[in-house]
Amino acid sequence: MSELLGLSMILFTIGAVGVLVRRNALIVFMCVELMLNATNLAFVAFAREHGTLDGQLAAFIVMVVAAAEVVVGLAIIIAIHRSRGSISVDDVRQVRG
Amino acid sequence: MIIWLLVAFPALGAALLLTWGKESDRFGHLIATAASALSFVWGLVLFVRLLGRDSDDRTVTESLFTWISTGSFHVEMSFVYDPLAALFVLLITGVGTLIHVYSIGYMAHDERRRRFFAFLNLFVAAMLVLVLAGDYLVLFLGWEGVGLASYLLIGFWQHKPTAAAAAKKAFVVNRVGDVGMALAIMLMFKEFGTTEIAAVGDSVAGATANTITALGLLLLLGACGKSAQVPLQSWLLDAMEGPTPVSALIHAATMVTAGVYLVVRSNAIFDASETARNAVVIVGLVTLIAGAIIGCAKDDIKKALAGSTMSQIGYMMLAAGLGPAGYAFAIFHLVTHGFFKANMFLGAGSVMHATNDDVDMRHYGALRTALPVTFATFGLGYLAIIGFPGFSGFFSKDKIIEAALGHNVWIGLATVLAAGVTAFYMTRLMAMTFAGRKRWREDVHPHESPRVMTVPLVVLAAASVLGGVMVLGDWIAGWLEPVVGQTEHHEVVLLGAEWPPIAVSALVTVVVAIGVAVAWTTYGRGEVADTAPEKVSFLTRAARQDLYGDAINEWVAVRPTVTLSRGIAWFDRFGLHRAITGVVTLIGEGATGMRAWQNGFVRSYALGIFVGALVVTLSLLVVVWR
Repeated sequence: MSELLGLSMILFTIGAVGVLVRRNALIVFMCVELMLNATNLAFVAFAREHGTLDGQLAAFIVMVVAAAEVVVGLAIIIAIHRSRGSISVDDVRQVRG
Repeated sequence: MIIWLLVAFPALGAALLLTWGKESDRFGHLIATAASALSFVWGLVLFVRLLGRDSDDRTVTESLFTWISTGSFHVEMSFVYDPLAALFVLLITGVGTLIHVYSIGYMAHDERRRRFFAFLNLFVAAMLVLVLAGDYLVLFLGWEGVGLASYLLIGFWQHKPTAAAAAKKAFVVNRVGDVGMALAIMLMFKEFGTTEIAAVGDSVAGATANTITALGLLLLLGACGKSAQVPLQSWLLDAMEGPTPVSALIHAATMVTAGVYLVVRSNAIFDASETARNAVVIVGLVTLIAGAIIGCAKDDIKKALAGSTMSQIGYMMLAAGLGPAGYAFAIFHLVTHGFFKANMFLGAGSVMHATNDDVDMRHYGALRTALPVTFATFGLGYLAIIGFPGFSGFFSKDKIIEAALGHNVWIGLATVLAAGVTAFYMTRLMAMTFAGRKRWREDVHPHESPRVMTVPLVVLAAASVLGGVMVLGDWIAGWLEPVVGQTEHHEVVLLGAEWPPIAVSALVTVVVAIGVAVAWTTYGRGEVADTAPEKVSFLTRAARQDLYGDAINEWVAVRPTVTLSRGIAWFDRFGLHRAITGVVTLIGEGATGMRAWQNGFVRSYALGIFVGALVVTLSLLVVVWR
């Protein structure tokens, strides 16, 4: 149990730090996915611990939402790359363009 | 009896003249005069009809329509024609018509003459509403209408800044009195649930003494404003800025008597409160003396007459304050004063007409030969006001003095003394104007006024002489008895002996003779300096400044108000304004500061989210672990 939670925390921290320090939008995106999966891990671990299905269910919902988010997110990133020739998140300070 | 017709004629005249265009300039004054004259004729008809009735059946009430009806409050637009109103109607329309006629000549060269006559008609209509009102609220309507007409007429020559200022002053001072009047009406409504004059009179018996006294004092305040009594006297002298017929009509014969009318009309209230009566007597006495002193020092002929008006109305007020002993004589003096004062004001207008509108008596002198008719009529008015035996003023003033002596010896003696002072200033005025040697300016060529101006003078002079007949057989007291009740008679006790009326008259006549003699030796036989002497007593200096009435108003009313307003303005600017702009600045500056957070960097927003989430999580942990 505690090992699983420890791994979840490590994964989440890596994801969070990645979101904060990296400029490449793809990397930031992947870090967000990492954080989502870290929480999924925690959900599943708790579900196992308590012997209920609630955590499993939540993990499924997160996965579905993440999949949808990936679709929209990647499309936005591609569009930005086409219009600006860059996918650095610091370059997208203004919405106009 | 169709009472409203009295008001309708002049009201219609005013409306017609104010709305009709320029083509009515040629005959507008004739319409106005006819309206006033018709009103007078109708007044005469009604008067004769009233004479034909029994004395206890002489109150005719006529309700036109319901003015206000809400809940238990009910006001009828009602007119009451009774002996008191009848006398006033005759005085207002009679003297009013003569003044209309006179004004045709006096205002002949004024291009706004039609408007002047419209205002005169408006005044007559408002004054008639005032005296015919059967309800205090209707009376108030006339009361305010008179104030408006007075404002318009005083400021008729509005191109003169002094006239405009005088009109404003009259309006403002009258408003002070109106506050008293309005409060009195509100108090009546609260206490009695009605403002009908007769009903209020009936309710007085059931009211507390304090209520009655408060009512009396508030009505007195209203009366002071309209009648130019101390402390609201200051507007009257300035009101002489208006055309002279206005001074004659409004500020001598009719409007200023409205206050006396109010006190007499409200006799039920004043009968029930000795405090209020005493206040009226004191106000009357103070004004009587103050007016006489001012009249002695003025070189402006109209202002000298204005001082005299104040003083004579003081007599009336005092008489009205004596209660049942004086009501009838207050009205008697009011009527005779209406005659001789209108006569003298119009005479003064005739003199000014002859001397290129110069009002300084030091520039007159020896006008008796140049203006024989004016001199003769003015002289008769003069004899009436000083109380020359046989003239109207002799009877009316003697009655008041007698009543005052019967009430209180000292008040009575003060009125006797004031009669002497009256004789002094009127003789001074006569002597400086008509006697002595010529002191005319070089371009002045005095000429008698046209017939249209002298005929009213002659009629008024005749009335001044003959007005005294009203007292024969105590007719006036008997006539007014249904309104003011039985006229009480108090014996005059002086120096431990009872004085018969003839002895009182003799005493007054002697005092008057002394006044005349002193003035004649000073101004009639002596030289009159061309400019007013500088080295004069303190009293004279004070009287020239209207006994510092304006200065007192300035310090008591104007300055504190101005200071208070300045304080409020300061608080507004530096208190309220600062507070509000402070809040605005705070929000603005705060927003500018917070704008820096919206820098567009996604990562800094993410940091904000993480820190926020961390804070929430940690605080949850703290709560759970505790």
